[in-house]
Amino acid sequence: MNYELLGNLLVNGAIVGTLYGVVAMCFVLIYKSTQVVNFAQGEFLLIGAWVCWALLVKFGLPFWIGFPITLLFMFFFGVLLQLVVLRPMIGEPIISVIMLTIGLSIFFQASMSWIFGVFVKPFPQIFETESVSILGLQVQTAYVMSMIISVIIMVGFYYFFKHSRAGLAMRATAFDQQVAQSLGISVQKAFALSWAISAMVSALAGVVVGMVNGVSSALSFFGIKVFPAVILGGLDSIVGAIAGGLIIGLLENFAEFLDSQYFHVGNMYTVAPFYILVIILMIKPYGLFGTKDIERI
Amino acid sequence: MSGHSMMRCGEFRTDYKSDTTIFPTPRSRYAAIAGVLFLLVAAPFLNPYYLNLLIQIGYYGIAALGLNILVGFTGQISLGHAAFFGFGAFASAWINNTTGIPVFLAIPLAGLMTTAVGLIFGIPAGRIKGLYLAIATLASQFILEDFFARAEWFTGGTYGSMANPVSLFGYELDTEQSFFYVVLFWTVLMFVLAANLLRTRDGRAFIAVRDHYLSAEIMGINLTKYRILSFGISSFYAGIGGALFAHYLGFVSAEGFTILLSIQFLGMIIIGGLGSVMGTLLGTAFMVLLPEVMEGIVSNLQWLGSGVSEALVYIKEMAIGLAIILFLIFEPDGLAHRWQMIKSYWKLYPFSY
Repeated sequence: MNYELLGNLLVNGAIVGTLYGVVAMCFVLIYKSTQVVNFAQGEFLLIGAWVCWALLVKFGLPFWIGFPITLLFMFFFGVLLQLVVLRPMIGEPIISVIMLTIGLSIFFQASMSWIFGVFVKPFPQIFETESVSILGLQVQTAYVMSMIISVIIMVGFYYFFKHSRAGLAMRATAFDQQVAQSLGISVQKAFALSWAISAMVSALAGVVVGMVNGVSSALSFFGIKVFPAVILGGLDSIVGAIAGGLIIGLLENFAEFLDSQYFHVGNMYTVAPFYILVIILMIKPYGLFGTKDIERI
Repeated sequence: MSGHSMMRCGEFRTDYKSDTTIFPTPRSRYAAIAGVLFLLVAAPFLNPYYLNLLIQIGYYGIAALGLNILVGFTGQISLGHAAFFGFGAFASAWINNTTGIPVFLAIPLAGLMTTAVGLIFGIPAGRIKGLYLAIATLASQFILEDFFARAEWFTGGTYGSMANPVSLFGYELDTEQSFFYVVLFWTVLMFVLAANLLRTRDGRAFIAVRDHYLSAEIMGINLTKYRILSFGISSFYAGIGGALFAHYLGFVSAEGFTILLSIQFLGMIIIGGLGSVMGTLLGTAFMVLLPEVMEGIVSNLQWLGSGVSEALVYIKEMAIGLAIILFLIFEPDGLAHRWQMIKSYWKLYPFSY
């Protein structure tokens, strides 16, 4: 047993897991409030990271200006996407909605590769020190920051949905659109807002990942890794998304550890979550925290 | 009902027999037969470029038809069709290379092998549906892709595997002209089989499951059986399509069967029309021709700078994504529906009301 490697991988897993959790939370936010399965979630990370990269590198803005502009851009991007592309799809069958977001996903992925190229571009150095030592393990500063930011986002989500007016309106819309509408809540606004928040927070996650690994189209794979996380947690549960993200992050690193120590088959990191996904779907399709559908004729 | 008049103002069926024909009207039957005959005669005169496109439409069309049986007729979603297509391609090459079974027999055998795999991956479909199923099939795509990279005995690993051309009575059908007949044979066979399937008890069960699965179950349709069966049939089609693909190119490598191809298959049936056999062919033709058209446009835009032609691969991908989005927003019923509207317009012309 190589305990140091195991420890490293598990810390890594916990950190990546919280990022999965954040992205999964954004995914669930859209699913819960607008009943749209967003296969383009990973592209939100990608676009956010590229926009921030362009602002910092091409325009030479400092991080504390470039980053808020990125978030603002993503907010409006989310609203625009909802208004232009997703509003016509309300009431369409689920296959159409899924295909629409898949179409968006390949469109954005290809356009980003066209604009920014396929090679990994490093983010400019933002922190003075590359890595800090936690419990004797070297952890990248950006990861520590990502952990802190993730926790702040999660707490922020909690307050937003429990106490703010807009958040309560969105929860009401998610619960029952007709009732919400008759209480004077603008369902359209709630829909647009959920896409905006989701795009913004995903972009934040994208920037964090970009800082560590550099920006490339590999970022959009986060959007696919999110599925095992949300299925594990339950599709319509925000708490479940966070838990699912963490578990998937830890599990894939644990699988990587087992692979490197015993099996030597390779590529476990990518595939293990999907095996887990299939097993969950066979045993407990509604996940850990999801609500079970009861259907009537 | 008989075809007294050539110009009728609609398709009026008066008995079940006429409602369950393979072709909706006698004229559409004649048109289809004439089309196939035309292709049979014309093939030796077409240049290899057009034949290549027609062959692509053929094998992708077969696979897309399988997906349409699953998505359009049974109402399930599969994001892993390319993996089954790839499995068929590898399976056919493997059967031919290891056992020496001739290629024209290896193709249907590969179809059956893919069916078996499809049935295994279809098992979750017995329990889950809709979005959950979409994600489960997404998982099967990644698991099979991983398997292709890993199983060297089967796929040749990263090197890929060679596939021999189809040979019949000692003749090698390795030119565009000769292989075109093979693809045409399989395409006609598979499309007629699919059209026929939908007239049978099983085909009607599929449609009942799609339209309202709870009602269907209450009427005595075994949901689990038909959902998994639909996966099996769809994989069979994918396997046949993939096998033809393999023996046409002569070489199979795992890189070709990614999620993007799965999405393209879904794009074909959405653009063509969900639940339409003829629409599948139209959609496939659209999806195969779209990159060629984009290439034509880009080659006319050279004056914009050299960057345009380098971006061609991205422009093609963007066009696929955009085509799917625009069709879903503006023509969700696909080309088949558009064709129906054109037909009914001329049927009633000039008195459209």
